[in-house]
Amino acid sequence: MFTDFFFLLRFYGVPVTVTEWLALMRALALGLAPAGLDQFYTVARSILVKSEAYFDQYDQAFAAMFKGIETPPQIEDEVWEWLANPLDMPGLSDEERRLLAAAMEGLDLEALERMFRERLAEQDAAHHGGNRWVGTGGTSPFGHSGFHPGGIRVGGESRNRSAVKVAGERRYRGYRTDQEVGVRQFELALRRLRQLSSRNEGVPDELDLDETIEETAANAGRLSLVWRKSRKNAVKVLLLMDVGGSMHPYIRLCSQLFSAVNRSSHFKDLRFYYFHNCVYDWLYLDTSCSTSNAISTRRVLQELPSDYKLIVVGDAAMAPSELLSRDGIIWWGFGNEEPGIEWLRRLHRHFDHSAWLNAIPQADWDHAYGSVTIRKVREVFPMFELTVDGLTAATKKLMVRY
Amino acid sequence: MSQPTSQSSTYTGTSDYIAAPDLMQTVNVAVQLSRPLLIKGEPGTGKTMLAQSIARGLDMPLIVWNVKSTTKAQDGLYLYDTVQRLYDGQFGDRDVSDIAQYIRPGKLGEAFKSAERVVLLIDEIDKADLEFPNDLLWELDQMEFGIPETHETVKAVHRPIVLITSNAEKELPDAFLRRCVFHYIEFPDEEMMERIVYVHVPRLDKRLLDLAIQAFYWLRDVPGLQKKPSTSELIDWVQALARGGLDPQEIAARLPFMGVLLKKDHDVDVAQRALAGGRRR
Repeated sequence: MFTDFFFLLRFYGVPVTVTEWLALMRALALGLAPAGLDQFYTVARSILVKSEAYFDQYDQAFAAMFKGIETPPQIEDEVWEWLANPLDMPGLSDEERRLLAAAMEGLDLEALERMFRERLAEQDAAHHGGNRWVGTGGTSPFGHSGFHPGGIRVGGESRNRSAVKVAGERRYRGYRTDQEVGVRQFELALRRLRQLSSRNEGVPDELDLDETIEETAANAGRLSLVWRKSRKNAVKVLLLMDVGGSMHPYIRLCSQLFSAVNRSSHFKDLRFYYFHNCVYDWLYLDTSCSTSNAISTRRVLQELPSDYKLIVVGDAAMAPSELLSRDGIIWWGFGNEEPGIEWLRRLHRHFDHSAWLNAIPQADWDHAYGSVTIRKVREVFPMFELTVDGLTAATKKLMVRY
Repeated sequence: MSQPTSQSSTYTGTSDYIAAPDLMQTVNVAVQLSRPLLIKGEPGTGKTMLAQSIARGLDMPLIVWNVKSTTKAQDGLYLYDTVQRLYDGQFGDRDVSDIAQYIRPGKLGEAFKSAERVVLLIDEIDKADLEFPNDLLWELDQMEFGIPETHETVKAVHRPIVLITSNAEKELPDAFLRRCVFHYIEFPDEEMMERIVYVHVPRLDKRLLDLAIQAFYWLRDVPGLQKKPSTSELIDWVQALARGGLDPQEIAARLPFMGVLLKKDHDVDVAQRALAGGRRR
């Protein structure tokens, strides 16, 4: 049953396993999704998809599989009960009850029920204030908050959005994290950025088991605990990323690196800033590079001591004027007193260890667009290409300068 | 797979916790399939409160296991107090040959031993070591564990309903995820938020609440915030506003008592700049 859905999910990248699928079949056999596609959507998702990062792919697979299938909206049992005995409806005043009784005189309830079902099936959107469709505030015989005494009240909170529609909306696109491939390798490379604090720093908070046993034995069995200082990673990293236009072909690669750095929880401190083509007076806090969300480069240099490891990620490819001229910054209306290259030199001087990761492959550095500026930047920073090997070489450089 | 236990009642939310319909459905699926329910969501979306609500809704006691970064799976099963036994052996008059005196059940052990069916909440499972969820796999599946020291096997009298919450700080291992039913609590929309606030602060001026909610969602959209304000912060803020006796117009213009919503200096700066920048709706 629905086995195609299983394969479709895997096709869209949702990691479903057979065990989970069998659990879903069991759930269906137990009757946990009795009422149509909407409940199936929720039940299947809760059993098959284990991270909100896959919700979008689930929606895509669901929409592809069940496209065009609309379940008629559920008609609550209450409505049918009420239909059997309409005068019992709560909240009516006596006057209204009399009116209702009068209106019901000539009404054939079976015909009304049939008409209701038909009308619901025809309608495909919420409706308010008319006189034919099921909705609110109108005069049709179906709906609520309306004026037709002989009608059927349909619950005021009905959303009237089928699962297929919901799946089609793709609300979960923002949760996707398709960066699994490659991130892990970057992470492993970044593990090298590990400089453990020496045994002389820090508070003794780790039990030294061997020494404890020795001491306890020497103490004739009376328990005697010995502590030692644990070693923690003392590496602090400042990551500057270029989000200029020429970096667009490398967005995926940069996101993978970014994810890897983000997930590396072993750094003592980690800072991210962005720049556009070259570093000038301002560093940006997000990729939109707007000055309302920026911090001055001088302030960053003041705040961060020189033992931060500076990693710059960018293609170093720009018009020579952007790098070498005063007011070379690419934005109209903004100026920079000092040319970009001065800022780069300042950064390099401030931090003891720095490295530039270039997304352009090393083989192309001499003749790609921007080769002039690449050469100039290489005079300031040691430059490596943005691959796992390049990152590994860069981390070695970041640990030891010479 | 063990047979599902029959449930006389299903979870339909309680008066003090507004649960979305799909959440209620997922809870019932987890109960019927006898699988743990994994709940993820932004901090402050009421994951822990959900457990309390489920326990109350199903009329069962709630056992809470607050996981810390130092927690090991063994701690949940049982603790063997070896140090006490050593001291008693050296100094005390107690008979130390009976090891059972020094075995204390952990939270999972308590849940198994309980005479009635319980709800077990394993809170913030991602705080612990990466291997922690995997270490619990066997016990959660088979609902039993052994105590080698006393040659005893503790089997669950009634299969507890296991709820696990995660803040998504770490990736959970796949083998663990396979066995769970999963639900992601999305951040509530404005309408749902209104109902949630009314549950906590019943006698609130509607106009104040509308303005507060509007300002709150505007604030969440301000770019550059490191920690967005969450539901619990909104509830605190609304109460502060109500007691502060301010003119409701001020709320939108000045965002008074901002410290209740934003907990980082950087965020307060960003918010004030956004306010001053006239980007108010």
